[in-house]
Amino acid sequence: MKRDALRDKVAVTGVGCCPFGENWDRAPSDMIVDAAYEAYADAGIEDPQRQIDAVFTGSIYSNKGPHECSDALKLFGKPVTMVSNYCATGTDAFRCGVMSIAAGLYDTVLVVGYDKPKDRGISGPSVMMDRVRDLPQTPAGWFALCASTYFARYGAGREHLAKIAVKNHKNGTLAPNSFLKREITVQEALEARMISWPFGLYDCAAQTDGAAAAVLTRVDLAPKDAVLVRGVAVIAGPNPQKDPENDFLSWKPTGWAATEVYAQAGITKPFEEIDVAQVHDCFTLTELLTYEDLGLIEKGAAKQHIEAGTFELGGELPVNTDGGLKAFGHPTGATGVRMIYENVLQLRGRAGPRQVKDVELALSHNIGGHPTACGIAILGRQ
Amino acid sequence: MPGIVSYGAYVPPTRLGFSVIAGRPPKDGGPERAVAWNDEDAVTMAVAAGTNALRGFDRAGVDALLFASTSYAFKEKQGAALIAKALDLRRDARTADVSGSLRAGTDALQAAFDAVVAGSARLALVIASDCRLGAPGSALEQGFGDGAAAFLIGRDDAIAELEGSFAFADEIVDVWRSEGEPFVHAWEERFVVQEGYTPGIGEAVRGLLERIAAKPGDFTKAALYAPDARSHAGAAAALRLDRGVLVDPLFGRLGNAGVAFAPLLLVSALEGAKPGDRILLASYGDGAAAFAFAATPQLEKLEPRRGVAWHLARRRLVASYDRYLKARSLDAREYGGGRDAGLSATIHFRERDEDISLAGQRCSRCGGLQFPIQRVCERCFAKDDFERVRLADRIGRVVTYTFDFFFPTPDPPTIVTVTDIDGARVHLQLVDVRPEDVKIGLPVELSFRRIHQVGGRPNYYWKGVPAS
Repeated sequence: MKRDALRDKVAVTGVGCCPFGENWDRAPSDMIVDAAYEAYADAGIEDPQRQIDAVFTGSIYSNKGPHECSDALKLFGKPVTMVSNYCATGTDAFRCGVMSIAAGLYDTVLVVGYDKPKDRGISGPSVMMDRVRDLPQTPAGWFALCASTYFARYGAGREHLAKIAVKNHKNGTLAPNSFLKREITVQEALEARMISWPFGLYDCAAQTDGAAAAVLTRVDLAPKDAVLVRGVAVIAGPNPQKDPENDFLSWKPTGWAATEVYAQAGITKPFEEIDVAQVHDCFTLTELLTYEDLGLIEKGAAKQHIEAGTFELGGELPVNTDGGLKAFGHPTGATGVRMIYENVLQLRGRAGPRQVKDVELALSHNIGGHPTACGIAILGRQ
Repeated sequence: MPGIVSYGAYVPPTRLGFSVIAGRPPKDGGPERAVAWNDEDAVTMAVAAGTNALRGFDRAGVDALLFASTSYAFKEKQGAALIAKALDLRRDARTADVSGSLRAGTDALQAAFDAVVAGSARLALVIASDCRLGAPGSALEQGFGDGAAAFLIGRDDAIAELEGSFAFADEIVDVWRSEGEPFVHAWEERFVVQEGYTPGIGEAVRGLLERIAAKPGDFTKAALYAPDARSHAGAAAALRLDRGVLVDPLFGRLGNAGVAFAPLLLVSALEGAKPGDRILLASYGDGAAAFAFAATPQLEKLEPRRGVAWHLARRRLVASYDRYLKARSLDAREYGGGRDAGLSATIHFRERDEDISLAGQRCSRCGGLQFPIQRVCERCFAKDDFERVRLADRIGRVVTYTFDFFFPTPDPPTIVTVTDIDGARVHLQLVDVRPEDVKIGLPVELSFRRIHQVGGRPNYYWKGVPAS
């Protein structure tokens, strides 16, 4: 593909995010409206019916298609597209919006990611079984499959995972819209009930309801200091459960998407160049592997960096500054857009007590499926 | 001469101690019964026993499969057809279920001999398998055991030739289970033994002796069905059989395995037999049947089988009665099992070769093995250029694993692995192993199991067990 086709063509002029949580009293439409109107206000959109040219929305649990979003916002007479790509849905909806503007189709588009898993009456993700050999299995079981192999090879253990949980819980207390606002200790994390070894309860993200939105505009129509899209990529990978060549030391799609997006953004030394990152911590080990699979650090080096606090607020490269999926919450389709929201706040210096100093370049990362898809977006200041 | 060419058995490794039934902790060395766990049933045990009987034999040579059970899950839908698919028998092998009576196991054996004698089958596979439920707390619950026995019946190379057989039918309401009832009922024990079992076995054996012109003392081994140890001893005495020839009926170890019971005792007899032994087999149910076999020198040429002794040596004690109730779905539940309407019969139909036969494929271009069946090669991207390969008889190795505590099961955790089978990767549950014994590289063999009950019916797939 043309690697310079997207870079710096599109500005993120507004972002919004409703409180994530068990929003028993909020319909999907309530959350969509709250997130979108916050983004409108942020972008200075006063007449969305006239100013928004197209909508890209993403959700996993909704079965109503794009209409749920267009009806909530009364955005009619314009194209509304629904994107579905597992946990990478939010980043993929964002990518579609970016492409549509870079292609010259539209001036201004709205991206909305949302999900309402708490209307299903069950705690945790659905166990999908539509075929005989779909084992009784859970996402925790899928993502845990790298643990025995990685631990055996690199000597990391549950205590390193626990430190990631502790970090994200702490960061979550600093984000107003986060679901969990409670610090935990390493000991609490290690002693929590086991979900799927090595994941105890605190190694697992909090599944919540939520919606997040972003307004994207052609760069020449945006304010001079607007946040720009430096690159965005979504890459598919093989199902690791049947891929004959999987080593279970990393998740392939992350490495592939990183290569692609760094080329778009012109990044050659990601650890030095990237100032803040929001990565997919559906489980603590996913975050650990992502440090390495993104090329931020060497394969196998996560253990030392976790011990050194590299990725904590105040560390060399803070990761999941708002608490991540772990503490901010994980409404599947919203998560990628929530990360864009946090990165835009960080780039503008508006992240309050969790603000990282002098953020020039911010990365967000989603991985979804078994995992079988990865999306990465890089935002920067002009 | 027609005879038994090979045999195999399956007894679940799980043992329910009588002390556990009584609410006490498990105690090693006390009386116990074999119990099928939550992913086992008459069909899965039949596949395992059939696999064991077929070891070293060409399954393409099997012309017929007879499946005997009173506890098979479907009223309408053949068990033998499912088992034939799991065993990858020839598509034109004839299949039939024999049911309705505890005598069904030996009835199936007789039918197989008839087919071989008549020449309509050169090799017939007979599998008897039962997993009967006694009501919680009843004597039947304690007395029953679960298991399966399989025999290859043929004309050539018999390890035990059929000398003769005799059977009769009678009408008696002694042990029964009606439509829709989960538990077996029995009339008062003394009536069952005095009017049903003891005279019935006697009549069948006398009929056999007359037919082959033999005396009780001619037998060197006697495999006798009995509802319990006392009636077994009583019947043996009435038949004037020497104690030394009686095959241990395994009460307190295996339990009364229903249609598979007499066949399992025959397996036990064959395991300990020498050429020249004359073996009596007798079963009871709505009448009775008796068979006489003569062991041949071929017996010593048969590779060791996984029979009764092999299986009785593998034991895992159930920790509590509550877990047993959960495993057999006898515990109180908010929802009955299998309320989900989700499972598509058409998906099952399209994927039956992979799910039931565990068929993968070998790419004709790069030679790589892969699972499941796919149109484009995972490795070299060749399209539609594959050869079907059955993976179920191979040994795999654990690539990685996790212990899933989230999914409801009587014995958490569920052990989930990715297992490499000669290059093909299979997402596979591991059973009959302690979590602490699961290691990267652990060799596993494949075992046909109930994978789940989605759609309100048992669905079958393969799991891994540590290779023996």
